Amino acid sequence: MLNPNLKLNQKLFDKDVEVEPTRAGFGTGLLHLGEVNPNVVALSADLTESTQVNKFAEKFPERFFEIGVAEQNMAAVAAGLATSGKVAFISSYATFSPGKNWETIRTTAVYNEANVKIAGHHSGIMTGPDGATHQATEDIAITRCWPKMHVYVPCDSIEAKKATIASANITTAVYLRYTRDKTPIITTDETPFIVGKVQPFWINENPKVTIFATGYMLYYALLAAKELEEEKLPVLVVNVATIKPLEQEGILEATRISQAVVTVEDHQVEGGMGSTIAELLAKTTPLPIEFIGLQDTFAESGRPIELIEKYGLGTKSIKEAVKRVIRRKI
Amino acid sequence: MTEDVTPAKIKELKLKANQARQLVIETLTQTGGSGHTAGPLGMADIFTAFYFHILRHDSKNPDWENRDRLILSNGHICPIRYVSMAQAGYFPIEELKTLRQINSRLQGHPHRTALPGVETTSGPLGEGLSQALGIALAGRIDKKDYFTYVLTSDGEHQEGNTWEAAMMASKEKLNRLIQIIDYNNIQIDGNVADIMPLEPFRAKYESFNWHAIAIDGNDINAFVNAIQEAQQVTDKPTIIIAHTVPGKGVSFMENDYHWHGKPPKPEEAEKALAELKAEAEKIANAN
Repeated sequence: MLNPNLKLNQKLFDKDVEVEPTRAGFGTGLLHLGEVNPNVVALSADLTESTQVNKFAEKFPERFFEIGVAEQNMAAVAAGLATSGKVAFISSYATFSPGKNWETIRTTAVYNEANVKIAGHHSGIMTGPDGATHQATEDIAITRCWPKMHVYVPCDSIEAKKATIASANITTAVYLRYTRDKTPIITTDETPFIVGKVQPFWINENPKVTIFATGYMLYYALLAAKELEEEKLPVLVVNVATIKPLEQEGILEATRISQAVVTVEDHQVEGGMGSTIAELLAKTTPLPIEFIGLQDTFAESGRPIELIEKYGLGTKSIKEAVKRVIRRKI
Repeated sequence: MTEDVTPAKIKELKLKANQARQLVIETLTQTGGSGHTAGPLGMADIFTAFYFHILRHDSKNPDWENRDRLILSNGHICPIRYVSMAQAGYFPIEELKTLRQINSRLQGHPHRTALPGVETTSGPLGEGLSQALGIALAGRIDKKDYFTYVLTSDGEHQEGNTWEAAMMASKEKLNRLIQIIDYNNIQIDGNVADIMPLEPFRAKYESFNWHAIAIDGNDINAFVNAIQEAQQVTDKPTIIIAHTVPGKGVSFMENDYHWHGKPPKPEEAEKALAELKAEAEKIANAN
């Protein structure tokens, strides 16, 4: 059942569940930060409306900088602002930032310990019709490998707003991952968001498998859990909204009974959230793991829902992975 | 605003720059075979002018919020920055010999959080102008009157990022942003004009709506005059194109690109120091 302590959206499994893109949560979170913190500045590389920086830009024009199509410049200008006391948010599609400007961010923001927040939009195949050029499916891998980095992947627009606001309390670089298309609202304003914590969203007394999901894919994991329960196969579903720093205690607790894991993300399986869980478990309590995500392939143009099915990320694939991993238990 | 330099001050600065060159040679002989020589020697006059005449700074309070900012984009010439900072009292001269050694604050390429007074981490080329731009923007938001000086190289103008920043600096009319390019025409693989020519360079910047001044970058008086001119500009950023001699002051290093990325061997260092000491005497005895 849905974890009652987390005050999740009770309409989650209804046909008319509210939907909103996580980038909208970024936009409202950034606007809020602009209102409460005069040191917050925002930079955009010709994608101001698409990345929802427009609300901030309209209200605080003196703290907004339109950089044009120049992601490296955007990152390094932000670093200069940040080493001068600003909290600098840079915003673009994740394939370009932190993709194209990876080394610039590495040197001028991360190693330089500058207070830069990298908002990566259009992540995953959820980006849809734009095709693989614009579907960022490696961004978690290329940011979580940076020392002391924070990496947040919110599951819905409400959590996205909270994650955006929380990132401003960190004095070093944070990567924030958002998606383009509308996705179901899973949490409520009352649901806690704590940096560095994983949270069990679907609970069971005697789970056979633990599903770790990140981003909007959490919805599909929860749908799978509900259907599996009807098939008398109890599972846990854990929201991994903070991929780095990763909470060891919560992950070990969540796998203590099940002793088997499925990870679910809209990202390449190499280097993503599943990899980070596998690295942790390999060091502590090695367990069988199945990885849901892109399997060594780029995707293509299409409607998100079609792509999710074709590339094996949907509810059906998650349920099959759960059954596979049970067979691998020793 | 920077004051004029008197003849007595010029003499003092020339001696200081000569001492800086000697310290660069001594420092680089202790690095175990790595480090850059030509660039630091070529830029000794400009660094000396900055730390001992131009910059508003306090070596005992390196984070002073009203200090002028000096950003080094081409981080590989950091030996001269470290030497100037040590001469100016940021840290003991003795510490220079830790350059590139383990547990040192003097990283092979400068690191902001390792050493107070280093404004930003640099080394990967083409990023300093953008960072300086951000620092200048922050100064404008905060209504500070500091100048942001950024030192770049000719080779790094092959990086597209530099031109992204050049476009934006004029868009933002950042008149308190002053770029000094070390135009010494060498890079690792050879002469800049052969590797990837930049000319017509001044015209490029002028077409990007920058104010441009070209000088002999080893002439301290000319450099101070150029800085004074740049400080008067009210509606656009300025670039000072400083034509410098790489390896300046050491006859067998001057204008030879092979000295871009290697330190002197002990016998070469001895020869270099002898030349520099002879030059120091000449400066001291000149009227």
